[in-house]
Amino acid sequence: MTIQPEPKEDILARREEIVAGLKEVAGESAVIAEPVRLRAYETDGMPSYRQPPLAVALPETTEQVAAILRFCHANGVRVVPRGAGTSLSGGALPLADAVVVGLMRMNRILSIDYADRVATVQAGVTNLAITGAVAQEGFFYAPDPSSQLACMIGGNIAMNSGGAHCLKYGVTANNVLGLKIVTIEGEIVTLGGAHLDAAGYDWLGILIGSEGQLAIVTEVTVRILRAAEGARAMLAAFASNEVAGAAVAAIIGSGVIPVALEFMDKPAIHACEAFAHAGYPLDAEAMLIVEVEGSEAEQDELLGRLEAIIRRFDPLSLKVATSAEESAAIWKGRKGAFGAIGRISPDYLCMDGVIPTSQLPAVLGRIGEMSREYGLAVANIFHAGDGNLHPLIMFDANDARSLAKAEEFGAEILKLCVAVGGCLTGEHGVGIEKRDLMPVQFSASDLDQQRRVKSAFDPDWLLNPSKVFPLAPPPILKAA
Amino acid sequence: MSEAEAPEDDAGVVAAILAAIAAREPLSISGNDGKRSMLRPVQAARGLSGRNLSGITLHSPAELVISARAGTPVPVIEAALAEHGQHLVAEPPDLGRLLGTVAPATLGGMVAANLSGPRRIAGGAMRDHVLGVRAVNGEGTIIHSGGRVLKNVTGLDLCKLLAGSFGTLAVMTEITLKVLPAPESTATLAIPNLDPAQGVAALAASLGSPFGVSGAAYLPAAAAARVPELGAVGEGVALARIENFASSVAYRAGRLAAGLDRFGQSRLVEDEVSRAIWRAIRDAVPLAAGEEEAVWRVSVRPSAAPGLVHALAAADARWFLDWGGGLVWIAAPAEAHSHQAISAAVTAAGGTWILLRAPEALRAGLDVLPPPSPVLARLTRRVKSAFDPHGILNPGRMYAGV
Repeated sequence: MTIQPEPKEDILARREEIVAGLKEVAGESAVIAEPVRLRAYETDGMPSYRQPPLAVALPETTEQVAAILRFCHANGVRVVPRGAGTSLSGGALPLADAVVVGLMRMNRILSIDYADRVATVQAGVTNLAITGAVAQEGFFYAPDPSSQLACMIGGNIAMNSGGAHCLKYGVTANNVLGLKIVTIEGEIVTLGGAHLDAAGYDWLGILIGSEGQLAIVTEVTVRILRAAEGARAMLAAFASNEVAGAAVAAIIGSGVIPVALEFMDKPAIHACEAFAHAGYPLDAEAMLIVEVEGSEAEQDELLGRLEAIIRRFDPLSLKVATSAEESAAIWKGRKGAFGAIGRISPDYLCMDGVIPTSQLPAVLGRIGEMSREYGLAVANIFHAGDGNLHPLIMFDANDARSLAKAEEFGAEILKLCVAVGGCLTGEHGVGIEKRDLMPVQFSASDLDQQRRVKSAFDPDWLLNPSKVFPLAPPPILKAA
Repeated sequence: MSEAEAPEDDAGVVAAILAAIAAREPLSISGNDGKRSMLRPVQAARGLSGRNLSGITLHSPAELVISARAGTPVPVIEAALAEHGQHLVAEPPDLGRLLGTVAPATLGGMVAANLSGPRRIAGGAMRDHVLGVRAVNGEGTIIHSGGRVLKNVTGLDLCKLLAGSFGTLAVMTEITLKVLPAPESTATLAIPNLDPAQGVAALAASLGSPFGVSGAAYLPAAAAARVPELGAVGEGVALARIENFASSVAYRAGRLAAGLDRFGQSRLVEDEVSRAIWRAIRDAVPLAAGEEEAVWRVSVRPSAAPGLVHALAAADARWFLDWGGGLVWIAAPAEAHSHQAISAAVTAAGGTWILLRAPEALRAGLDVLPPPSPVLARLTRRVKSAFDPHGILNPGRMYAGV
């Protein structure tokens, strides 16, 4: 179990005074302090950890966020930013002495500009709502995390979220041009804008993916893209993970970059088929979903090339969609994957390691061995084109030993990812889940440098503390 | 300044930085020193060059990654990629001609300046493709960030902070990039006889089409005259590039031309001729900046570009547009009053600028980048201090006193 820092006793003792102060700066209706209502904020998408916060503030404007942070900073109160609370790494887990600043009331789309291909939205707008707002003109916002119906763009900024289509379109950091942020001192800063290159240090680059460690984001300017004429998928089934992995390498090496290239192993195929009845091949050890974009003729050309490559790997079956409906059927099982696993096992951990794609077969083989060693089932579903694994480890949350074993198994998988040249997290973030594994990937000097950057923005370490970095006293920078 | 020290390994970089700290003497950081006429001149007794940190250390075409030591010349990397049909997505410019240098740019220099070419509009900037970095900070400590995999959100992304930091935070020694297959075929739709507003509107329409336009430039007549492949263009020409497999390029160019017919008759320029045009645009050849002129690289909201270039007429400036209007290349007399007029016009348009080339005396006395707000100025100093507490790496390169 992950250890959380001791709450500051003086803050807990001053709880009523702090709540009153928050109400004074942010308004009565923006502050929640009743214990029963705080329960709604005690956890996020990683429910094995729970901790009600000191209070919750729900600002509606950037100025309110600034007032809240100024107040917290002046009073030494820790702050945990929160979007929709869908983090799979415990990124929004409260602390007993912290104020949760929830951005969900900042849910307005501020402007859409098709000529300049940008939209400016508040941080609490959901990922899918951006695409929803521009779809009638044929545009979309590219990063598409599985939680896109619920997750908010502010949280996407915090985690640098990806999705199934980032092989072609990139992740959040590649699709954001501007931010409005509030520093822990309560200062409002505008970064970038509707232009492509910003001057000075790459503030957007360091803030996106910073997991609420550096500032709170209140507004976001994203690129919107014109959607391709159409898209179509194919499904290929293979006799082994090794052969499927080799097919992935051959596809990427061929010069054809599909918009999506998803891999499922046998347990995942069976779980998804039982749930979605998508017609998945139950005799296969592994399957790939490959999607291409363009006109009908372009899709035919690309699917033809991909089919020729895949045929070299003796697929057990190969189904090329001939219509949008057939494509949707191929995707149906994959999109319902998390629900499908939830039906087999109510509790599972979704890991998020990344490996060099050449290591796929070896890593999958080793995960299978570990599954037997730990006595816990695992299903593998992942973005194969970029090596982003999502092993789903099934366990029983009513059994503390089962959770501990699942966590240990997950940690072993992530260590394996790092050992073969990969990393701990590709799109879910470090949060508290992987905080104590950071030294596996980074040297003490590497971590110290990151922590010093944190200190540059947040000298007192009030913003989302106890996440990302193993617990240690904050580094103090030379006066600048 | 004496000849720059040019160590051959990380240990040498560490030693040079430790020696500079001990001597309390700042270091001028460079690769092949080709960007010395960019930004502010560095007052430093010692120099440290990464040019001998050379060589590709990993190229895995099927994993879309290449790693090289920071002093590796960009053309060496491009050639290695080309052998496997791949390329650098951001299409970094070769500014040798513009900056009056002979030695090729190094990978480290290109990343440190975050210089991207025409494909930035579709494929992202140089900084978007930096997957991993090894560097030595201003305390002489080796640091790593990122890695060699395509997706990575583990910890703070120091790669992005180092990209575009012009050697002021750390000396990069090895860089890993995401690369992609180079397109099989390319063609450009050229629409002549357009004024800047019509040109930018045509580019917006092409970038808003579903046909994957990967280059979008507007050249006024004088700039187009520097690119002989273009022929006669009237007042100015809008150029939209498509890159894909051959049958797709033909199809998309046809559909795009039909969609843009309200802007007038277009002409299709194919393959090698198209490539030559975009090489020229990438390297700012159409600007034809004279010896005595200064050069600015400006980034604005594309729809603001026509108004901006109209305002530039008062500054005796010449210009052309890339990135659908979002990148404005400007040449004007190397005078303080030109700089004031241009930077004021860009600021009014909500954009940013870099003084890319100017005589040293001019650069030393002016803001070469838009001055940051007080809060950002404080964050800039604090981030600098987090990497380089002694202030010895390229002091003053971006901002006076930082």
